Amino acid sequence: MKPFKELTSCAASLPRDNVDTDAIIPARFLKTIARAGLGAGLFADLRRNPDGAATDFVLNQPPFDKAEILIAGANFGCGSSREHAPWALLDFGIRCVVAASFADIFRNNCFANGILPIAIEDAATLAALHQAAERGEEVSVSLPDKQLRFGNHTYAFAIEDGRREALLEGRDAIATTLSRENEIAAFETRRAQAQPWLN
Amino acid sequence: MAPRTLFAKIWDAHSVAEQEDGTTLLYIDRHLIHEVTSPQAFAGLRASGRRVRAPQATLAVPDHNVPTTERAAGIAGITDPESRLQVEALAANCAEFAIPHIAMEDLRQGIVHVVGPEQGLTQPGMTIVCGDSHTSTHGAFGALAFGIGTSEVEHVLATQTLPQRKPRSLRISLTGTPPAGTTAKDLILHLIGAIGTAGGTGAVIEYAGEAIRALSMAGRMTVCNMSIEAGARAGLIAPDAKTYSFLEGKPLAPKESDWQAALAYWQSLASDAGATYDQEIVLAADEIAPQVTWGTSPEEVVAVTGRVPDPKAARDAAQEQTWQASLDYMGLEAGQAMTEIKIDRAFIGSCTNGRLEDLRAAAAVAKGRKVASHVSALVVPGSGLVRQAAEAEGLDKVFKDAGFEWRDPGCSMCLAMNADKLARGERCASTSNRNFRGRQGPGGRTHLMSPEMAAAAAIAGAISDARKFL
Repeated sequence: MKPFKELTSCAASLPRDNVDTDAIIPARFLKTIARAGLGAGLFADLRRNPDGAATDFVLNQPPFDKAEILIAGANFGCGSSREHAPWALLDFGIRCVVAASFADIFRNNCFANGILPIAIEDAATLAALHQAAERGEEVSVSLPDKQLRFGNHTYAFAIEDGRREALLEGRDAIATTLSRENEIAAFETRRAQAQPWLN
Repeated sequence: MAPRTLFAKIWDAHSVAEQEDGTTLLYIDRHLIHEVTSPQAFAGLRASGRRVRAPQATLAVPDHNVPTTERAAGIAGITDPESRLQVEALAANCAEFAIPHIAMEDLRQGIVHVVGPEQGLTQPGMTIVCGDSHTSTHGAFGALAFGIGTSEVEHVLATQTLPQRKPRSLRISLTGTPPAGTTAKDLILHLIGAIGTAGGTGAVIEYAGEAIRALSMAGRMTVCNMSIEAGARAGLIAPDAKTYSFLEGKPLAPKESDWQAALAYWQSLASDAGATYDQEIVLAADEIAPQVTWGTSPEEVVAVTGRVPDPKAARDAAQEQTWQASLDYMGLEAGQAMTEIKIDRAFIGSCTNGRLEDLRAAAAVAKGRKVASHVSALVVPGSGLVRQAAEAEGLDKVFKDAGFEWRDPGCSMCLAMNADKLARGERCASTSNRNFRGRQGPGGRTHLMSPEMAAAAAIAGAISDARKFL
């Protein structure tokens, strides 16, 4: 996983609540056994008309077609658990999603892929960020400082310490867990005695 | 010991380690996998030279890409090469890593969340995960079951654990007795309408109250299945005599002395009197009528006796805009009676409503009637065993005589991934779980409802109150 430290980019504004993972990547794009190349399916039904022509969706418009930050409303990433959603964002070039709130599984999937999800609960700050993004202003994110900056705003965002460290280091979560293999084996031994029907 | 909730008991019993970062390393008892969200996890294992820690705790079954017609040819009969590749990859990965696999040709094949309980894999007190958000279904048995992403699938394959931050606890009590003709699907749709699609975010819901206790296991699975549509990580219902009786004798359920030991443990799982929750919600079930969604989010739902809401009545400007956009997409007018809405398609099936009891309920409406001439209607059993049992009761004949297509098991038209999907602009009465834009096909329009209601809509050719057909 690529570490996440700092990022400065224009930001694509998608001021909608409840953007679901079927919208982020429709199921017909999930028929792949690879992680790469899913950017083509990102927001496919919003980026293309039925005849295939590009729409005026924000990610189709320069400079936002190169945006590394996406800004949305509440409950972003709700619905299906498909990790293809963060894979598609990442493949398109998005490394950070800012929203009023996130659905749980999507948020977990972001961290597993080096994408930083930032929740801004304060409605006025989020509205100001959308406006700055629409004007094409640059937005800066610093994970070491836990700050998001745009215009003359500085927003201190919250993130769990463990999540932050894992992103900063690009750490392999499986290797971390396997360092506890003795404890896992001890648990399995205890469980085999207490609940033999689970063996 | 202080009184604990069902959720806390399961959580505590599966803690391998409390970690410095505040997460718990949680042991996973059972891991279900399917063909869409697992191939990249196996590729990751292979790339890092890792093994599967507990292959026998894992069960694989293809469901999302499996066609519901022309099944005699097996995998070779999947005409879409990409779908075929995923189903082939699942079989090859299971062979390589020695994981039990119910192949596409197996009579037991079906939707992973129908197959797990049917085989007795799903048991009270377990932790169960699957790379699928509707894993919450298994909570109906008092198991802590939740959907995960593919990186987490790889994590569980490699370690049989997951680092998890403890979710908050939310008890939702449905009190009273629902009116005749109100089903489990109506209860959960009404509940989602009441608390919203983010109402359960960050929470494990424990469903309680007389209306929940009165539900059959199939009904409880329908309720827990749609916990994710309320935003929750998982839904749980305390096990009781119905749970044990469902499980007894199932192929993977404990046997003989193990059964007695398991039963004693399961009976200790219910939340203790005096246990406290982070949040409690109480809803009266006495007046919940059959529900239908009108919009493009499961929370956009009304009683079948109601009308399409007017965006001007929304709580704020943002919701007004959202509602208007939903009406535009759905091709509906504010104030229209729900029963004036004509449909083109009906879909009875899915992990929400593809069990035998669901098919019986739909067949009771369909019996001796005919699907409207402009409607094409599908019935897709949740598994091969459901299909077989339904045929033994003659339900297939009831459906076919009424003009429904009787299909082979799979996820089918729930998600527009296989051949079963809506054409642009088509309107569907569906027993599935999501009415998102394009969910059943680009430009398709979905109205979520119970099996009885979907059958009634197919026959009337328009959304209808199924109570008039019973």
